[in-house]
Amino acid sequence: MYRYDEFDERFVRERVAQFRAQVTRRLEGSLTEDEFKPLRLKNGVYLQLHAYMLRIAIPYGTLNSRQLRQLAVIADKYDRGYGHFTTRQNIQFNWPKLRDIPDILELLADVEMHCIQTSGNCIRNVTSDHFAGAAADEIEDPRPTAELIRQWSSLHPEFDYLPRKFKIAVTGADHDRAATKAHDIGLRVQRHPDTHEIGYEVMVGGGLGRTPMIGKVVREFLPKKDLLAYLEAIMRVYNLEGRRDNKYKARVKILVHEIGAEEFTRRVEAEFARLDGASVNADPEEVARIAAYFAPPAFQTLPARSTKLEAYKAMNPAFARFVENNVTAHRAPGYAAVTVSLKEIGAAPGDITSDQLRAAADLTERFSFDEARISHHQNLVLPHVRQDDLFALWQALGAAGLATANVGLITDIIACPGLDYCALATARSIPIAQAIAKRFADEKRQALIGALGIKISGCINACGHHHVGHIGILGLEKNGVENYQITLGGDATEKAALGERLGPGIDGEDVPEAIERIVAVYLAERREGEVFIDAVRRLGLGPFKAAFQTLTGQEARHAAA
Amino acid sequence: MAVPKRPPLPLILLANDLLDGDVVFRTASGGWTRDPADALIARDEATADRLESEAAATMRNNEVVDAYVVDVSVGADGAPTPNHFRERFKTLGPSNRPDLGKQAEFARRSPHVPL
Repeated sequence: MYRYDEFDERFVRERVAQFRAQVTRRLEGSLTEDEFKPLRLKNGVYLQLHAYMLRIAIPYGTLNSRQLRQLAVIADKYDRGYGHFTTRQNIQFNWPKLRDIPDILELLADVEMHCIQTSGNCIRNVTSDHFAGAAADEIEDPRPTAELIRQWSSLHPEFDYLPRKFKIAVTGADHDRAATKAHDIGLRVQRHPDTHEIGYEVMVGGGLGRTPMIGKVVREFLPKKDLLAYLEAIMRVYNLEGRRDNKYKARVKILVHEIGAEEFTRRVEAEFARLDGASVNADPEEVARIAAYFAPPAFQTLPARSTKLEAYKAMNPAFARFVENNVTAHRAPGYAAVTVSLKEIGAAPGDITSDQLRAAADLTERFSFDEARISHHQNLVLPHVRQDDLFALWQALGAAGLATANVGLITDIIACPGLDYCALATARSIPIAQAIAKRFADEKRQALIGALGIKISGCINACGHHHVGHIGILGLEKNGVENYQITLGGDATEKAALGERLGPGIDGEDVPEAIERIVAVYLAERREGEVFIDAVRRLGLGPFKAAFQTLTGQEARHAAA
Repeated sequence: MAVPKRPPLPLILLANDLLDGDVVFRTASGGWTRDPADALIARDEATADRLESEAAATMRNNEVVDAYVVDVSVGADGAPTPNHFRERFKTLGPSNRPDLGKQAEFARRSPHVPL
């Protein structure tokens, strides 16, 4: 894991001291809210519906046990005993008091964490594949790249006042688990087809929100050494030409869309040719220094298959189900990556209690070389577990209420905080997720339905990634009540696609039944071994729309009666 | 930008406390309460004018942030309930956590409308 050097440490501590002084001046009355707001937002402090909210960066989703324990301390001492993991691999606390936030930032700095650039019109926390360094299908660990971008983009003076926020995601595997095509910049580590040299495919202009777009490829192969200069060229084109006249048209996706990917690429390449790459690109020694922090842990030499694991699976069906759903193949023989679901039936997606944070810290230390990850699916990952240890880990997870075996299934729902917490939301998300999870709680039924991702947002800003959900749900207000639009066919992976609306919006209480009818069409029409999203692609929206209309039609009749 | 139209009577003034972020309500005595049942309910234009001018003044004085008036219905017990669901949540707390927020602190408040 990356460790702060002297410069990082000093930088973060200075920032805490600055914010402490700013809060003091705010509380004394020498800063107005208008003056203070941009300062607090630069340190991750929002004002939400019920209280302030603090968003803490977890760079590329990687954490160790010490950090998990510190988050538990903060949750207990300064919040209400829980935190919320977000779709950008951050953690949010929902109830901090403004006067306490400088002390919280100090506690974070003690464990090499901070809230810098978790808000505002800057380059935000760089996200990555939660199985980075563990995935069997990985070409290269994407985290050294993500860390390099983090260092380059942190307080970069030229990119501190962008037209709008800017999100970068990096993946190092064939299968895209980092939703790179839904980011302002998506980077995919690639091997050059002829030279086998490692480089990047560069995509720009993806994003969700009000105007969802899939990222466009602007460079099929960028040599690794040119990364920062090329990113700088993209940022310069955006910084100069991104629309500052209209907040809703200010993201880079709008610029790419308005001038076209070809013209955008031409401008980026021209800027890239003009700038002095050598002065921007990282020194190879520095790149090597960063990469060394992400060297694989000291894996033991183990047989590829664990006989112990097979024996436990044969003896215990519940454990076998957990392995089936929550355990992923690892690049090192005899190891596995374990996804700890934070989607217990009836729970708020992504919420974790301080006790669970401490349990996760202990298990991270004991079973996973002191490394944990947060996924953009709002789950926790122990990336490096010996297959021989899976049974003991599962038992310990069970004791902490963390053994829900539903990863990738219909109850593993992504949901933003929605109107239960968020000041921007137009409708609630969490109760919709809870109602769907309860409806589909039966484990046999979940297994029968198989892989199906539901994503819920409580407003058009799309923090819940609803556009790229296999089934997407968007909460809006209609005539003074909460109303939900259902979309179908979205995909966040390398086959990225935006979902299409099935019909008119429906009441919250009808959402589980709508999902039920969509699932019924799939179960009736699917071919042998065909997962939900593939069936939707093959069948098109027609049969699903027809089934959905039986629900909305019924409602209309009911209303007329 | 046009000045937003004031919501219809009766209405209350709510805000977030500067120090704590807590939702607070303007009282008849010109202070703030955390309990919505103790909020001053403006039933005439003059009181509504007063609340609006207090909203601006108290934000300028750095007592509160995000102060604005919302229209309410007054229950049989005399307590105000905002007419819009957003502000109803604001006066209750997260609907998935009845143990948190004002719904827990002031248990006499009516519960959330279940989904």
